[in-house]
Amino acid sequence: MSLVNFSSREITCKIVYYGPGRSGKTSNLQYIYGRVPDARRGRMVSLATQTDRTLFFDFLPIDLGIISGFTTRFQLYTVPGQVYYNATRKLVLQGADGVVFVADSQARRLDDNLESLQNLQANLLAQAVDVRNFPLVMQYNKQDLPADLILTPENLDDALNFRGYRSFSGDALRGAGVFETLKGISELVLKRLAAAGPGAS
Amino acid sequence: MPKLNPRHRFDTYVVGSANRLAVTAAKAVAESPGAVYNPLFIYAGSGLGKTHLLMAIGHHALTVSPQLAVEYLTLDEFIESFNAAIAAGQGEAYRRRYAEVGLLLVDDVQFLTHRREMQAELLRLTSTMLSSGRQIVLSSDRAPHEIEALDERLIQRFAGGLVIDIAAPDYETRVAILNRQAEERNCQFDPSVIETVASMGISSIRELIGAFNRLIAYQAVSPAPLSSTEARVLLGKTMSTGLRQASGLAQAPPGAAAPESSSAPPPPPAPAPSPASTGGDEFGSFLTEISSAVARQVEAWRGRVAEAVLRWQGEGYRTTRLEHLLDEDTPVDPDAILRDYEEDVERLRRLEAEAQELDAQIAGTPLFRDPDRVEEAGAEVTRVRDGLSPPPGPAPIWQLSAFVESAGTRMALHAAHSVLMQPGSQYNPLLIVGGSGVGKTHLLHAIGNVLAGRSGEIIACLRAPDLVEELIKAIDQDQVTRWRARYRRVTALLLDDVHLLAGRDRTQEELFWLYNHLAETGRQMIFTSTVPPGELAGIEPRLRTRLEAGLVVELPAPDREVRQAIVDRMLTEKLGAPDAELAAYLAGRPVETVRALQGLVQRVIAAAEAANQRPTVGLGRELLEGNPAAPARRTSQNRTSGLLSPTGGLRSREKVVWDWPDVADRLIEDLR
Repeated sequence: MSLVNFSSREITCKIVYYGPGRSGKTSNLQYIYGRVPDARRGRMVSLATQTDRTLFFDFLPIDLGIISGFTTRFQLYTVPGQVYYNATRKLVLQGADGVVFVADSQARRLDDNLESLQNLQANLLAQAVDVRNFPLVMQYNKQDLPADLILTPENLDDALNFRGYRSFSGDALRGAGVFETLKGISELVLKRLAAAGPGAS
Repeated sequence: MPKLNPRHRFDTYVVGSANRLAVTAAKAVAESPGAVYNPLFIYAGSGLGKTHLLMAIGHHALTVSPQLAVEYLTLDEFIESFNAAIAAGQGEAYRRRYAEVGLLLVDDVQFLTHRREMQAELLRLTSTMLSSGRQIVLSSDRAPHEIEALDERLIQRFAGGLVIDIAAPDYETRVAILNRQAEERNCQFDPSVIETVASMGISSIRELIGAFNRLIAYQAVSPAPLSSTEARVLLGKTMSTGLRQASGLAQAPPGAAAPESSSAPPPPPAPAPSPASTGGDEFGSFLTEISSAVARQVEAWRGRVAEAVLRWQGEGYRTTRLEHLLDEDTPVDPDAILRDYEEDVERLRRLEAEAQELDAQIAGTPLFRDPDRVEEAGAEVTRVRDGLSPPPGPAPIWQLSAFVESAGTRMALHAAHSVLMQPGSQYNPLLIVGGSGVGKTHLLHAIGNVLAGRSGEIIACLRAPDLVEELIKAIDQDQVTRWRARYRRVTALLLDDVHLLAGRDRTQEELFWLYNHLAETGRQMIFTSTVPPGELAGIEPRLRTRLEAGLVVELPAPDREVRQAIVDRMLTEKLGAPDAELAAYLAGRPVETVRALQGLVQRVIAAAEAANQRPTVGLGRELLEGNPAAPARRTSQNRTSGLLSPTGGLRSREKVVWDWPDVADRLIEDLR
């Protein structure tokens, strides 16, 4: 998809929240949804199972208005975390301009985080995306839980962030770190504009 | 930039119990447009400060957030621009124009009466603005439900925000207003004078200031400080209770005597908490950062051009030139092209503004929206300008130097000189009141002649009946727009005998709009009337209160000093040297008007010429007081010309039957 369309003067950023099941991807989107003025947001589409797990994906379009003469829109997606929904994840990941990897900070979920991260890399590679240059940030969610249950951001960086992506601590339920993460990924995505230039696709 | 009067701010608005609620609501709206009381509907009688409050909201909102797009317009302008846009097939562009407006101030919405299309358009606009959280503030001289044939949906929409009235100012507020006026005008008055004016029960602020102007003008020509008794006498002459009852709060609806008992619905709950207090500003800060990131990353010149395209498209201009620029990979100098484009747009705007004054229908054409056709637009405006004849000007026979100054005329003359020193800003309008034949027309034309002698001045100086006649002719020839354009471009409007507009509703309406236009653009208006504004029957209150918003001066019947000067001048002109005895005799004649006095002098001179002798007191006395042997025929005092009869009286040629019909013919005529 075109990130920047110079003839129609539109910028559209597709950002995908990726991570293991129950790590808090949908919570991130719900928090953002609650903070965006009505006029700026579209309907949040959420397809969930009866137990509130994301079945297909969440979709939140945000209209940032006209910035530097460009109608700027952000489309935020989440993927279903559960391992058996990989086909859906691939589909959602298609054409993504950036990814937020939402890791569950609980020590017991470390393997799930690793598995999901590997799955992300595999899916990006399958789409011929060079993960070394791809805009990606990490969010270590649930940092509000008791310290004995979770790993510190430093530990998580050591365990997961071997590529040295920017990382953020988060508490998606209460909103801590949610917008910081979104800003982080947005800046990375927009940086690509300069490299891509007019006619980029 | 919105055309907000710089004087109409909150700090120049005197707050009293009658308007406190309205001012509080207005301030809340100005502080956070769109967040509270949306829409805000302010209503009040004529001259109670609606427009001031509306503009104050605009000023304050701009101070709080300078980036906010604020637009102030009267309903008339709203209608005119809509009609022009529709005529030009630019309906969508017209609507887009308001898409960027964050605070819209619409004045005088009472004129929505029976205008179904405009009601629908305003409803649509209100809904759009409300749904996107943008603020709309409206004012009217009556509550929404009292506006005749107003769409129920609009009434409900207005009621959904806050409908609030401004009552007439109480005594204390009136004193405060007058004190502030004195301070602004740098005038010193005894407190008892201010109290006297405030206690005269003048409810309209516009009238109150008009009355005060009169005192200032009187004080300027009076050697001693004005006393409260003099003030009362001075104002008592021109302010009638009739006017006070007809204007101002007399129009306010029942129950609106005080804000506390207002019929308006109670204000909605306290303002919604600001985003910052709920942490909701996270999105705002996110947006700011994204904006700067986009600005950094998008090729700078493309960003500027794209921004310009959106901006000018939004304002309804064609942007083909800029769009072509965006298609190029590396244009030579995009900034120069942008500058040229913006200069062309600016030129188009000036041309359109001029065209709007000349002929609104032309102003609405797409020609003025295409910067690539700016030369063509210039040629079109020149063509229209050349085809427009100037309005009637002042008659050169009346010069200011010939106007006799005396104790009675001193104040009027002083006002005239003040107006000539600062036209449009000192006393605007100036209303000259006086009986028939006392010199109102002379003074009016004399001022007009001085103004007309200055470069670039277009002076309209005519009698009210002529204005009516011109309008009728324009209506008949479907040339009303051109007629308006003719008068809208004048730098001063001098209208004689404004009282003769009584019952001429359409002309009054046109004059009302013309007045507003000229007042807003700081152009001088002078009117004359035989009766004080308070006694003007058949003139709408909205026009009447405006007539005395500036200064009302009175021209009394000519006193001895004036009569002597006039007689001396006339005799000198005719005879070379005046006969002192004759001059004293004629000046002593009991006449009420200058015109009658001139008639007397002419009669004596004509009688002397007929008798082939110099005019003497004896001749004058015989002619004017009668000769028992051959009594002079009595003639109207107003006659200034005519034929000399053998008996010394004056007879009109038209009134004399010179050829009597044959008696027989007459009999046959009768038999038929």
